[in-house]
Amino acid sequence: MSLDDLYREVILDHYSHPRNKGTVDPADIVREGANPLCGDEIRVSLRLRDGLVEDVRFDGKGCSISQASASMMTELIKGKRVEEAERLIGALKAMMHGEDLIEGLGDLEALQGVRKFPVRVKCATLGWITLEQALAELASR
Amino acid sequence: MDIPASIREDFPILRQRVNGRPLVYLDSAATSQKPRQVIEALVRFYEEYNANVHRGVYSIAERATTEYEAARARVAGFIGADGPEELIFTRNVTEALNLVAQAWGRAHIGAGDEILVTEMEHHSNLVPWQLLAQEREARLRHIPFDATGRLVLDGLDRLITDRTKIVSLVHVSNTFGTVNPVAEIARAAHARGALVVVDGAQSTPHRPVNVQALGVDFFGFTGHKMLGPMGIGGLWGRRALLEEMAPFLGGGEMISDVWLDRATWNELPWKYEAGTPNVADAIGLGAAVDYLERIGMDAVAAHEREITAYALERLGEIPGLHILGPGLEDRGGVVSFLIDGVHPHDVAQVLDTEGVCIRAGHHCTKPLHRKLGIGASARASFYVYTVKGEIDVLARGLLRTRELFSVAR
Repeated sequence: MSLDDLYREVILDHYSHPRNKGTVDPADIVREGANPLCGDEIRVSLRLRDGLVEDVRFDGKGCSISQASASMMTELIKGKRVEEAERLIGALKAMMHGEDLIEGLGDLEALQGVRKFPVRVKCATLGWITLEQALAELASR
Repeated sequence: MDIPASIREDFPILRQRVNGRPLVYLDSAATSQKPRQVIEALVRFYEEYNANVHRGVYSIAERATTEYEAARARVAGFIGADGPEELIFTRNVTEALNLVAQAWGRAHIGAGDEILVTEMEHHSNLVPWQLLAQEREARLRHIPFDATGRLVLDGLDRLITDRTKIVSLVHVSNTFGTVNPVAEIARAAHARGALVVVDGAQSTPHRPVNVQALGVDFFGFTGHKMLGPMGIGGLWGRRALLEEMAPFLGGGEMISDVWLDRATWNELPWKYEAGTPNVADAIGLGAAVDYLERIGMDAVAAHEREITAYALERLGEIPGLHILGPGLEDRGGVVSFLIDGVHPHDVAQVLDTEGVCIRAGHHCTKPLHRKLGIGASARASFYVYTVKGEIDVLARGLLRTRELFSVAR
């Protein structure tokens, strides 16, 4: 197990320079997620327009993996259709649970190394699961 | 008096390499490693005299009962109990504290009564009282801590009132390492008629403990943090209180006689030990106590003080590292810290590749961390087998962690 697999440069870059950090205002939904095991907390807020994710932001306290993963997530789904965002959530979760990466996920590929560190998988999925819950809540309204 | 480094030969787990490096185990506040004397006691029980206690008339059952009760007597003596009847075996401190909250608390706490704890409690000494307070409509109050992780006792006179029925506090904080002035707080509590309950999870393994000298009423501790097996701990209580209280759990062993509609209770301590007890692990805990007594608890405390002093010094040299808690005078063998720009999880992850085990997270003290405005901290903790060379490995690993994450700044 090499640390380089986990702390890829692109991850450290997202950690130190998070994209889309903050809260969308006005937002259609703000959803909070937490990992009770380690105390990591995240808040995902977003606004939709004509079926597109017009704006999405995240905020919170957490380790490099949880913060970088959430940062990549906002970058990737901003401007995408909701169905596409849902597909990406599924792809990320599948990847973290051992399936091969689908092409075209950009920076997300860097998260593949997290799989070698099972305890950290929950860090990588925290933002995504919170987004998934936010979208599900919006859909049920 | 010094503990020689050769003591490490008693701990088989410490011989291994992890990730290509010698194992550096700095998480004894979470659980201690076990000497072969304890492991052998467990094997001996299962290989030679595994039988249920207090029942069989045959020889190995007799031996199991004798060894189980002998372990109780040794553990009781270790903490200064006034006889083995005052020592109830539990699974851990959590069960010990729940026993007090349920068996004593539910009978004595009423609406408007007050329960006083501190802001630095482990969840195990917080949630049982929350449950009790909610059920009885009692009020849960808290002794605050200051910026150095010490309890603020200036306002104690106002926090302990005539309505205060229980004061329950941690002896040594698992996060700050603070050694709390239990005896002083116990005197103030007793002056107002309140009982004093102590969470001794982090004190019993590391310093001489005498429950009589502390002047408290209940004292809980756990075996796995003091070289013993997991799943065995104890509650000490004043005999008069234990006799007056109703049982905690009902079942076999805790009864004197049973009819279809009622039962009478066994004598102390069995009144509080429903069901088949954890015989092997109790015997293992007895072996752990023997081991600690051979070293001497004064020597254990002195050794940890030396290691802690060295750790405070070495960690203090690392730029951007902030140590939580008080200075050496009021501290046990626990050092929690933060590093600027690096999350504790990441610190622990990098250290793992160096073979170093530390804890990262909230250490089951979420309210403490929330008050500090942080979600987590990193924690190194020490024991009899910790050597200074391991602190050096820790310090080098922390410098490497900073380097690795410096690209991130």
